[in-house]
Amino acid sequence: MSHFLDRLTFFRKTVDEFSDGHGIVTNEDRSWEDAYRKRWQHDKIVRSTHGVNCTGSCSWKIYVKGGIVTWETQQTDYPRTRPDLPNHEPRGCARGASYSWYLYSGARVKYPMIRGRLLKLWRAARATMPPVAAWSSIVSDENKRKSYTAIRGHGGFVRATWDEANELIAAANAYTVKAHGPDRVIGFSPIPAMSMVSYAAGSRYLSLMGGVCMSFYDWYCDLPPASPQTWGEQTDVPESADWYNAGFIIVWGSNVPQTRTPDAHFYTEVRYKGTKSAVVSPDYAEATKFGDIWLNPKQGTDAALALAMGHVILREYHLDRNIPYFEDYTRKYTDMPFLVRLTERDGRFVPDRLLRASELPGALGEKNNPDWKTVAIDEATDALVAPVGSIGYRWGEKAKWNLEEKDGKGSDTRLKLTLAGADTEIAAVDFPYFGGRATEHFVATDHGEGEILTRNIPVRTIDCADGTSTKVATVYDLMMANYGLDRGFGGRNVATSYDDDTPFTPAWAERITGVKREAIITVAREFATNAEKTNGRSMIIIGAGMNHWYHMDMNYRGVINLLVFCGAVGQSGGGWSHYVGQEKLRPQTGWTPLAFALDWGRPPRQMNSTSFFYAHTDQWRYETLTAAEILSPTAPEGEWGQSFIDYNVRSERMGWLPSAPQLKQNPLEIAARAKAAGLETKDYVAQALKSGELELSCHDPDDPANWPRNMFVWRSNLLGSSGKGHEYFLKHLLGTTHGVMGKDLGAEGRVRNQEVVWHDKAPQGKLDLLVTLDFRMSTTCVYSDIVLPTATWYEKNDLNTSDMHPFIHPLSAAVDPAWEARSDWEIYRNLAKAFSDVAPEVLGVEEDVVLTPIQHDTAGELAQALGVKDWKRDEVAPLPGVTMPAVAVVKRDYPNLHARFTALGPLMKSVGNGGKGIAWNTEHEVDALAVLNGVHTAGAAKGLAKIESDIDATEVILMLAPETNGEVAVKAWEALSKATGREHAHLAIPKEDEKIRFRDVQAQPRKIISSPTWSGIESEKVCYNAGYTNVHELIPWRTLTGRQQLYQDHLWMRAFGEGFVTWKPPVDLKTVAAVKGMRPNGHKEIVLNFITPHQKWGIHSTYSDNLLMLTLNRGGPVVWISENDAGKAGIVDNDWVEVFNANGALTARAVVSQRVKDGMMLMYHAQEKIVNTPGSEMTGNRGGIHNSVTRTVLKPTHMIGGYAQQSYGFNYYGTVGSNRDEFIVVRKMANVDWLEGPLVPKEAAE
Amino acid sequence: MSNAINYVLFGWYPYLCLTVFLLGSLIRFDREQYTWKTGSSQLLRRRQLRWGSNLFHVGILAIFAGHFVGLLTPIWIFDTLGISHSFKQGLAIVVGGIAGIACFIGIALLAHRRLFDARIRSTSSFGDIAILLLLWLQLALGLSTIFVSLGHMDGHEMVKFMTWAQGILTLQPSAASYVSDVHPIFKAHLLLGMTIFLVFPFTRLVHVWSAPVWYLGRPGYQVVRTRFAERRSPTPVPTARPHAPAQTAVGAPVRQPAE
Repeated sequence: MSHFLDRLTFFRKTVDEFSDGHGIVTNEDRSWEDAYRKRWQHDKIVRSTHGVNCTGSCSWKIYVKGGIVTWETQQTDYPRTRPDLPNHEPRGCARGASYSWYLYSGARVKYPMIRGRLLKLWRAARATMPPVAAWSSIVSDENKRKSYTAIRGHGGFVRATWDEANELIAAANAYTVKAHGPDRVIGFSPIPAMSMVSYAAGSRYLSLMGGVCMSFYDWYCDLPPASPQTWGEQTDVPESADWYNAGFIIVWGSNVPQTRTPDAHFYTEVRYKGTKSAVVSPDYAEATKFGDIWLNPKQGTDAALALAMGHVILREYHLDRNIPYFEDYTRKYTDMPFLVRLTERDGRFVPDRLLRASELPGALGEKNNPDWKTVAIDEATDALVAPVGSIGYRWGEKAKWNLEEKDGKGSDTRLKLTLAGADTEIAAVDFPYFGGRATEHFVATDHGEGEILTRNIPVRTIDCADGTSTKVATVYDLMMANYGLDRGFGGRNVATSYDDDTPFTPAWAERITGVKREAIITVAREFATNAEKTNGRSMIIIGAGMNHWYHMDMNYRGVINLLVFCGAVGQSGGGWSHYVGQEKLRPQTGWTPLAFALDWGRPPRQMNSTSFFYAHTDQWRYETLTAAEILSPTAPEGEWGQSFIDYNVRSERMGWLPSAPQLKQNPLEIAARAKAAGLETKDYVAQALKSGELELSCHDPDDPANWPRNMFVWRSNLLGSSGKGHEYFLKHLLGTTHGVMGKDLGAEGRVRNQEVVWHDKAPQGKLDLLVTLDFRMSTTCVYSDIVLPTATWYEKNDLNTSDMHPFIHPLSAAVDPAWEARSDWEIYRNLAKAFSDVAPEVLGVEEDVVLTPIQHDTAGELAQALGVKDWKRDEVAPLPGVTMPAVAVVKRDYPNLHARFTALGPLMKSVGNGGKGIAWNTEHEVDALAVLNGVHTAGAAKGLAKIESDIDATEVILMLAPETNGEVAVKAWEALSKATGREHAHLAIPKEDEKIRFRDVQAQPRKIISSPTWSGIESEKVCYNAGYTNVHELIPWRTLTGRQQLYQDHLWMRAFGEGFVTWKPPVDLKTVAAVKGMRPNGHKEIVLNFITPHQKWGIHSTYSDNLLMLTLNRGGPVVWISENDAGKAGIVDNDWVEVFNANGALTARAVVSQRVKDGMMLMYHAQEKIVNTPGSEMTGNRGGIHNSVTRTVLKPTHMIGGYAQQSYGFNYYGTVGSNRDEFIVVRKMANVDWLEGPLVPKEAAE
Repeated sequence: MSNAINYVLFGWYPYLCLTVFLLGSLIRFDREQYTWKTGSSQLLRRRQLRWGSNLFHVGILAIFAGHFVGLLTPIWIFDTLGISHSFKQGLAIVVGGIAGIACFIGIALLAHRRLFDARIRSTSSFGDIAILLLLWLQLALGLSTIFVSLGHMDGHEMVKFMTWAQGILTLQPSAASYVSDVHPIFKAHLLLGMTIFLVFPFTRLVHVWSAPVWYLGRPGYQVVRTRFAERRSPTPVPTARPHAPAQTAVGAPVRQPAE
């Protein structure tokens, strides 16, 4: 009754004693204990996860108490693995466990926020005008427009209502569509796998409008172009459980315990099984402690290390000793037996294209696509054959696209690997050597004569169809020569001993990498010996760190070759385990129609972000790297000296890379022009482009007619994280205060571009409107015009998958979105409604002309087989889809955009569904969705299945995808069987009746069903492993030869010396000299290489403002430097330092650590400048983010298209945003200024 | 008029203060157990705390004991023991002075720390700062009475306060009149003292009630609470373990023979 009265029983409190009076028993009141019990009591537990592009993709229990999310703990109910394999738990790390902080934190965006000046203009205009006219009046007036765009990032947000914000955005979109074209409405959102429906919400809205969805995987530089080059596959990797099946693991540039925390246990566990592990990492990263041996090469020299290891493996396991498994694998699953033409030059030879059937007399009897059928020699008959499985067999005929050892006529064949024999002809072949081009920060090595390594190889002379004869060699023989192996053919530049200083011996690599040759040899031997004994159970776990160098392809191909030489790809426990973000969107083919509104109109507009941002943030205007610096000394004749933007433009107009905006003219007006001209639209576009009546936007990205105008960013922190060249974004795209210190090429008198128009005055502020959806006030939000509050990961329903485990599991709404937040699906659905209401002012049903690049996995990928011809240079006629982008007309019903958004459109029934080159009928699934979700009873979508809620949307994905609907999986495998002529359905038939629904995954994560979208399978016998179905089901890789393509024969690949893997030192971006010593502050300045790995205290763009995480480190941005470098610059631990180059400046505290290698600086990426970041002494602005000192640099080889595996696919191939070659100046700060005063009027007035 | 004021301040006000002090403490103890704490700032900053807190507490305990014994011990006891008023006055000045100075140094350290250490300042409530300043002022007043007391070392003034205090406690209506003519500084000291009683239940001072003196003589090192204590929670909350009488390990400890 009363605590006080209880106290009055003082003398009766003790009722007993024990242990000789050392213990007492009391009967005092115990109700206070309930407080401690209540601490852990809760009302409910809801299953959700963190949609943060983390491969962990861990399922979590979200605890709700009194309507408030209180905390989260790991779920432990993943489906079992199988006997003798550890289960997936525990999964979930401290970063995930800190997430619930965000829901009620000060960082939360609670209401729709609009830049105050903009809202004032809008309200004034709206008082007298309808919405679209109101928007037009604002953006057509340069002063009005500038009044809000020039102060982006300087605060000034005010609250608005949802209705007002939606109407404003809809009016801006409608105006842009009408005035400039729908391809000026841009949307950036990454990684659908982390929250598929949330992605699809925005992309569906944009796609119905004709807007552009931007790629991300390539932009993040997580896409290794080496994967599409080698396998025709974006990225496919083993799940982490497969690590447990490996016998030898090299962890190469991946910090497994730190960045793959929930999966690291498999790595720990397999070591108890006896698996040996080598770790390759320049710094003493957490992962190095797991290694039995640690190799610490100089950063950026991984390719040299891999080449030396390849040298050892080829020498000991292919040449000196025959290992039947390796030889057999090489013959069947690689392009090594295929013949390469050799072109004569100065009495020596240069490897040219792979020989094609069409070049031989009678085309070897091949009538279908003989240009695309590669040729080898049959061992038994010594005759030339065109083995089945090459890409020519994929399109236009049936049942011959497989890896059986047969030729096109169906005869058995066994391909010859080497031409070496008793009376073989020997020829000298040139290989490029780039090692002498290293800058002062790396070791330059001179070999060969004038950068050319001439090596003798066995060749054969054959007669061609055109009466000429040519020399050919096998890829195998060229490969051995490329690795510098002496096979007794005489000549120079080959090594007999590992101690020879000849590329690419271990002794040679020791000079470049600093790793002792003995260590290189040991690791190579152990790796290969294990593969020999286990038939390929050697694995390389690799992180994106190596992929972020400009010459990432060399690093990756060097590593991939090791795996292929050892037959490890496609074998359980072996292979290439490249882990970056959540790139594995398992139910991809079910998601794609929903996301890109393929149910209403095809094709969607998609753009590769790297090229887009390079052009539209005007980073190209500052390009310091020239093609000459990376061109091969063996490059074929040609005009190779153009600038990278020129290369990109050529690529776009040849239909290789996408374009956005596409045409200078509004694409809504073109169909009418074609009709007026009495031509088919595609023919009209081709003619008009040729005549100059139509112009591609890419030729003049700075013309206002070609600017992107509206931009949406959601599920992303583009400006706080992934925006390479951050300061250029601020300067040119946004037009606000920026920290760019370098001058553009015009100012320096070095304009080099020929295809692109140069404007002396670069535009500042291309975007009319930047809208960001987020749950927290991220850096991107701070720079936006409108910020919309979105639901957190515990407040919405969605789906999540990863490459690290085979499960699909949900995000679920544990509580309703707090304050005025809404789920992404609801936001875009309401926006669609607002747009439909506003659009009739200027838009009706319109015909939109869409240009698309030549797509991988379509018949179009067979575009230019034998050379590169450009219609603009009159080398060939413009032929849509072959020598220029494909042209399509898509009908847009703008007043009914909302009706279309919320219904599954008719094309799913009339056209069907598919992916990766196979198609199937999906009528049954559409009918099932109509029953499940209900149908619209009125309006433009009458009779069609509803997609009203986010859960409805998840059901569309789950119903249509083979991975979650067994019936579809069987249909998909049967569709593939038509191409391969082999039976594959057995992989899915046992699961035909399994149909996973959203409530199922809410109950427990579900294992997905094997599907031909992927190259691994789900089974009771093996873990998911990439390439498994290629090796075991004989499904070809989707490459030119149908095999793993180790030789890249495209003209541009050869021009830049990347036919074979080689050593290319990091490039010189020349950003330091101009600013070093420019504004001295009295402290010493030193130059370091700038490396941006992933965080310990954050995952991707989130968590670096999370108080719980900040508390664990220094509470704000930090950079790591070595003790020696710190000593040189007079920096002590925790000093404020400034890091800068011509691109911009950032401020951070220094962590001085022995962990870091001399000469490099680590800055964990995505540390936000919104937390604890003082002003920069160099720029006078607040210090930037890690990308303030980077700038995008394109590479021409990534622009290749229309060429089998080197054809464009969204996030599959294209330019990538590398950033590791960057150097910076670092110095201690003299004056730490927090810039806490009001905005300086000068800036405000500007 | 001044008589009436004197009567209100020293005749009625004491009862108001004592009532609030006792009733307020009781209600807060029963209803707001989670607020029954000192709210130590040791976690935020240790600097000045050891000296400040110890000097302050030792001093104030001595002063409290002095006031308690000095004011409330019936005069006849002193007389019986043969302790003269002048001796008592002298003792009070010397002991009280020393303790007061110690306490004053202590509270000055604590106040400085609370006011000028940014993190302690920003985590302090109004009450935390106010009570510290009140105590500091009261201490200053108390110390300044020494100079007045030095003027009448015979102790006759002190007797007035004893009579008054005992009069208040024994409910004598005329108690206020005993202090009507004392030096104003004494009056201020008395008033502020009573006010401290008044605000006592609303501040961290409540920890005085719960000084853990019982630890000094506790019999056992291990305390086991029976499970069957009467439940007093207004809403029954399930306990961590079910009420299973068969379980003996916690509920009724079994005497284990020494093994």
